[in-house]
Amino acid sequence: MGQPLLTLRGLTKAYPGVVANDDVSFEIGEGEIHALLGENGAGKSTLVKMIYGLVKPDAGAMTLRGQAFAPSQPAEARRAGVAMVFQHFSLFDALSVAENVALGMENSPRTRDLARQIRDVSEAYGLPLDPFRVVGTLSAGERQRVEIIRCLLQDPKLLIMDEPTSVLTPQEVTILFETLRKLRSEGTSILYISHKLEEIRALCDTATILRLGKRVATCTPAETTARALAEMMVGASFATPKARATTPGDVLLEVKALSLPAPGAFGTPLRDVSLQLRAGEVLGIGGVAGNGQDELLAALSGERLAPRGSVLLKGRDISRDGPVARRGQGLLSGPEERLGHAAAPNMSLVENGVLTAARRAGLVRRGFIDWRAAGAFADTVIKRFDVRTPSAQTAARALSGGNLQKFVIGREIVQDPDVLVVNQPTWGVDAAAAAAIRQALLDLAADGTGILVISQDLDELMEISDRFAALNEGRLSEARPVADLSIEKIGLMMGGAHDMEVAHETA
Amino acid sequence: MIRLEKRPQPSRLWTAAAPLIAVVLTMLVGGIMFAALGKPPVEAIRTIFWDPLFNPQFAAYSRPQLLVKAGPLILIAIGLSLGFRAGIWNIGAEGQYIMGAVIGAGAGLALYPSESVLIFPMMVLAGALGGWAWAMIPAILKTRFGTNEILVSLMLVYVAESILASVSSGLLRNPEGMGFPGSRNLRQWEAASNQELIAGTGMHWGVVAAFIAVILAYVLLARHIQGFNIRLSGEAPRAARFSGVNPARIVILCLGIAGALAGLAGLFEVTGPAGQISIDFNSGYGFTAIIVAFLGRLHPVGILLAGLLMALTYIGGELAQLMLGVPGASIQLFQGMLLFFLLGVDVFTNYRIRIGQGVAA
Repeated sequence: MGQPLLTLRGLTKAYPGVVANDDVSFEIGEGEIHALLGENGAGKSTLVKMIYGLVKPDAGAMTLRGQAFAPSQPAEARRAGVAMVFQHFSLFDALSVAENVALGMENSPRTRDLARQIRDVSEAYGLPLDPFRVVGTLSAGERQRVEIIRCLLQDPKLLIMDEPTSVLTPQEVTILFETLRKLRSEGTSILYISHKLEEIRALCDTATILRLGKRVATCTPAETTARALAEMMVGASFATPKARATTPGDVLLEVKALSLPAPGAFGTPLRDVSLQLRAGEVLGIGGVAGNGQDELLAALSGERLAPRGSVLLKGRDISRDGPVARRGQGLLSGPEERLGHAAAPNMSLVENGVLTAARRAGLVRRGFIDWRAAGAFADTVIKRFDVRTPSAQTAARALSGGNLQKFVIGREIVQDPDVLVVNQPTWGVDAAAAAAIRQALLDLAADGTGILVISQDLDELMEISDRFAALNEGRLSEARPVADLSIEKIGLMMGGAHDMEVAHETA
Repeated sequence: MIRLEKRPQPSRLWTAAAPLIAVVLTMLVGGIMFAALGKPPVEAIRTIFWDPLFNPQFAAYSRPQLLVKAGPLILIAIGLSLGFRAGIWNIGAEGQYIMGAVIGAGAGLALYPSESVLIFPMMVLAGALGGWAWAMIPAILKTRFGTNEILVSLMLVYVAESILASVSSGLLRNPEGMGFPGSRNLRQWEAASNQELIAGTGMHWGVVAAFIAVILAYVLLARHIQGFNIRLSGEAPRAARFSGVNPARIVILCLGIAGALAGLAGLFEVTGPAGQISIDFNSGYGFTAIIVAFLGRLHPVGILLAGLLMALTYIGGELAQLMLGVPGASIQLFQGMLLFFLLGVDVFTNYRIRIGQGVAA
């Protein structure tokens, strides 16, 4: 493959409490599709942010075609020929495709000329797209095409794609792969970020695997089994899921054939979800982001009401109860997004305690808030979960992610739930805080609470769950004891059998 | 290079100081404006801010006016502030104020010339209901059909103004008024008049209602779970839903309270200082109250002070027109400046300025 396009040498980036990238070195060749593989939190996004000029490395250097390459901002990276398609699109719904593309350009041509260019590029790469369509009317896959075309108009040498298939239908994935292969044949290199193994085996020439910020290996995915890739990705800890000795009690929470339409354009519908959660057990629910995790949590917390008879707590139908009534009966929950969902950013920790504990912790009497009791409640959470904060009066947004997460999870645990549902309980939290939160969940389960953990971190789920199920496009697989699982089984549960077959045919 | 950096949490110093700095800046720039108009700046500022209260020649008339003007402003602004706290933008208080006055006065006039002591309380109730009902239109349209309450409530102001014009020359016209538009003079009908309670102070039932509203709003926001839910809805709507707050109920509650208070203000005005329903009895209090609400930081006590300050600029402005011949529009400019500077200075509550190199290379 000759001289590499981009060489990374010893890239290191540390954030307070966590080393996101530790001495990462690898090369991306000319005209190569290079996979960057790793679990959430492995440091993939920090690494590409450094390549794209959004983050400055603490140490290490990059060279692009032999020239030193240290972009201080994305515009500089773009000028050097690096383009990026983000996982979350930055498009204006009310504007047309051409207007959106023009907004991202430094000196945009006239709309008519631009529309012609867009049409040319979209035809050349098999990405059908009408430049005058309003973006608000486009599907997720079509929006992604807008972003891709926006990048291709810059004629990039290196195209970075961050989990591009997480929002696509299988058909759209096929089209995307054809486009990427065509780009490769024209000499464009692609850095492809994903944690879908079969996809990478089908598409990529080379794969670099990151784990906990370090480069674990660089290999040729087509010659490596999915199992080997998974083992490199999740590390040795995966091989030995500890079967905890638990004796599950009665069924506390039961979901029966729950179906809910998607809440918005980007939401996922829940399709026929059924599960049972027993006292004292931890049920882990895995799956790729955007496969119905938020929707499942909302349906269980009571933020969205469910069809009658679909959600039962201790045998009682709570489908039509709102969050307050569900809390009253012992079902507590913790959403994924800390700021703005689990907590109000500008309000103090005391007020954020009242947010969910108002009634259950007896902080409200005849409609009036007992601020002294609320302060005591917040102090209890802070003390028991070692939340580092100047005081309980501090605004939630002033806390670090890990400390706020300890507070919002602790807030629910202190209320002594019968059933606790949490989504991504340790997302973006440093290792020590994550371990503390997991331990707290296990302790709670040992006391007889039924815990449902939704997470994208497989390690986490394997560590704390008794049983495991996976969400895929809003469908929940059957839950299986963790002790009986293998990586192939998990892959099948997460990806669905259909996806795997398609990938095998092309492999 | 100057850039703004977000503070980890809002600065308490700036929260308290911002209104004062805004007033000082308004005085400075207002002084420059008066100088540009060829009026003595110091004298003009003194005429607006000092003479109405302390000049022996004017104070006897002006001081009671302070409460007369501040009463409705505070009453309306308190209602508006609850909605603004929850992120519900009721811009149509003027319309709710007019409808409160029209319905309240209409309910009373229907029983003219009864001398029952129940007439006035009944009118107060009808006034509150009138304003409430007018505010329920944007509330229900928003909760049922997702319409924008800013547009609907604002447009309903113009509908209310048309209704006012119609009834003051039609339905409610004084039959003994020799064909002039305008209702009977309610001040001259004892059972329906909102008299000055303590002579020479300007204190009338509307001012009493305003003070009660301040206290109740304070207790609601600081202590009651509904007040907490209102604040939470404004701060983080998703967190509010997670907490169990029903957004539609908050919309109905906030618009309802704002409408009822604005309706009360209208009724007290029309039975007291204005005296009758006429085409132009409303003096834009419903709009000025928006400034009052923000100038008072959406805080009940702040609104109390801001209402008094805004009333002072009204009275002082009239005085300055009379004594110095400054144009009437310059007073509105003055009030606008006050809001402008407040919003401008407000940025520093959540941000601080960093001067010089700071951007990561």
